[in-house]
Amino acid sequence: MLAVQLAALLDGDPEGAGEALDLVTGFDDALVHGLARLAEERAEALAALAGAFADTPIGGRLAEAAAGVASGSITEDHLTALAGGRAALLGAVHDALLADLDAALGRERAPWSAGPEPEDDEGGPLGGVRSWLRELAITGWRGVDHDLVSAADQVVEALLAVPGRRRLAVLLDGLAAELRASCPIGTMEHLPVRRWADLWTRAVLLSHDAVPSGAPRPAETVSGRLLILGVDVHEHGTAVQFQVHAVLEPTGGGRPRLVRTGVTVAKVDTITGPAVWKLPHRHGALLTALADRRCLDVTDLPLLDSGDLLWDDDRALPGKPADPFTTARLHLAGALAPAVPPLDRVPVRVAEPVLVEDYRVTKDGSFDLGGGVLAVDTERLPACGPLTPKLVAGSTACVGLIRWDGGRWLLQPLAVQAKAKKETVEVATGDWALGPTDPKAVKAEARAGDPVAVLRERAGRLLRK
Amino acid sequence: MIERSPGGGAVREHLSRVRVVPPVQPRKLAKVPFVELADGRLQGVVSSGSDISRVYVSSIAAGTHAYNCSTNNNRPCGGLYGAPCKHLRALAAEAVLQYGPGRVARYLRADVPEGADLIDCLDGAHEPAPAAMVFSRFLRHLAYLEVPDTGVPIPELHWFPASGTVA
Repeated sequence: MLAVQLAALLDGDPEGAGEALDLVTGFDDALVHGLARLAEERAEALAALAGAFADTPIGGRLAEAAAGVASGSITEDHLTALAGGRAALLGAVHDALLADLDAALGRERAPWSAGPEPEDDEGGPLGGVRSWLRELAITGWRGVDHDLVSAADQVVEALLAVPGRRRLAVLLDGLAAELRASCPIGTMEHLPVRRWADLWTRAVLLSHDAVPSGAPRPAETVSGRLLILGVDVHEHGTAVQFQVHAVLEPTGGGRPRLVRTGVTVAKVDTITGPAVWKLPHRHGALLTALADRRCLDVTDLPLLDSGDLLWDDDRALPGKPADPFTTARLHLAGALAPAVPPLDRVPVRVAEPVLVEDYRVTKDGSFDLGGGVLAVDTERLPACGPLTPKLVAGSTACVGLIRWDGGRWLLQPLAVQAKAKKETVEVATGDWALGPTDPKAVKAEARAGDPVAVLRERAGRLLRK
Repeated sequence: MIERSPGGGAVREHLSRVRVVPPVQPRKLAKVPFVELADGRLQGVVSSGSDISRVYVSSIAAGTHAYNCSTNNNRPCGGLYGAPCKHLRALAAEAVLQYGPGRVARYLRADVPEGADLIDCLDGAHEPAPAAMVFSRFLRHLAYLEVPDTGVPIPELHWFPASGTVA
């Protein structure tokens, strides 16, 4: 990312984004206090949200939902309509942000084309999910107590047993854990209002009968060389996702493509830090490529319409050494970026790989490129890797993801180059994929023992009695 | 960094990727495989030192500090002589490692002077508490390790960035 590209990106918010976000904020505020006690101004906020869609095909349903909820008729249909309206507004903001980012970077994005419908699967306990989400909306975040949070446990357990409902299960488990940790919420000073409304909205949409639950079917299968840019680690108490950003060079030539791939594993909160890398042990090729900075030769990997490769370690072999900075320099300018599926369009999903160099690190840790200052999100460096805020502050080049949150653009580092003793060193989030390499981290790990092994032993002895 | 930006808490209200649950610290799980602050109690499971297939369920209630320790089949722990047994002491010590002393003391509503052990600052009495529920929560906890991994992307996890690296 060049100074002139950053300057273009920072040059004003997309038109209309502010107004759209104000409508979202009004709705989110209603969820804080609960729809059962809707004061006049919050009823107006719902009406305003509905009003924004007056000239669209969903305008009628939204108006009916806003009026219904204001008069105390809080039905699942009404909530689905309102959640749909909120998601559509944020979807529009997402599209505008991504268009601005693509324009600034000169990145070409493939047009959206839906892959084949997923297989139909058993439905899972969607009724239970919807009634829990309805209770949350009626009660409001301020009124949530231990009993209401605990009601989610059974639902999550049942969802986890249905493979096609993993997204919903992981989402609800994360939300429930936050509500539990925040109880009593009534006395909390600042609630994560936007965040919880985001999570609630997505859960309402994913629990709708129209959302297919089966395994996604690939749009095509691809073969070629996968050049890794970095790994973005997502984690809450009971799940961790290793999302790899890479450039795919198709076999036989053709335009390189930006893709994502990765693995999600279930865990518990006490499995944390570098120990989380023990969980995806089945995926040795992927872990080796990350730890040893090598490319992957892949054969017939399914590619989804979202630009995600469905990872299958049996169809991949670690290949030659491949450095993320070289990959970024060679390919980021010309690779074709994937379209984003409609349901996934929300600002938090914006995570575009970039290479940033020639910057000066400011006092607060931002990168000053001369033409503008890019904030760096050093609080999102995963504890399972060696990348620290100090290394980022001392870096001379960085491969990272451009994100957007709270009204501003941020850089989330995935790998940095830094000068140490006249040598250039590289540090990346995936360096410890096969275990820590830093003596201090090795020692800390030895001290903590192997939590995965201990819990597996306990599970083996106690679970099937 | 975001939390320190101008506006502080008000900014937090407009962030989507903010951390809500404080991270837990790694600790040795061999002796006390399960600890949680839930249902108004500090509760957990302590592995027996003598019998590898036996576990104790220990709990301390928030506020009253009433404590209990029994096997998972509800047999009272033989170590409870009018004071917390070694299992309860281990539970409290491991909870402090996992959550930090401040969070545990706040949850239990206990006054713990600087340098004191949490367990010595509780003034509750032994009161029977249901062990079966805690034990079933432990089994549910263990069951996560049996959930298969998946290569299907979970876009919802973008709301949950990993963090917690030490500077």
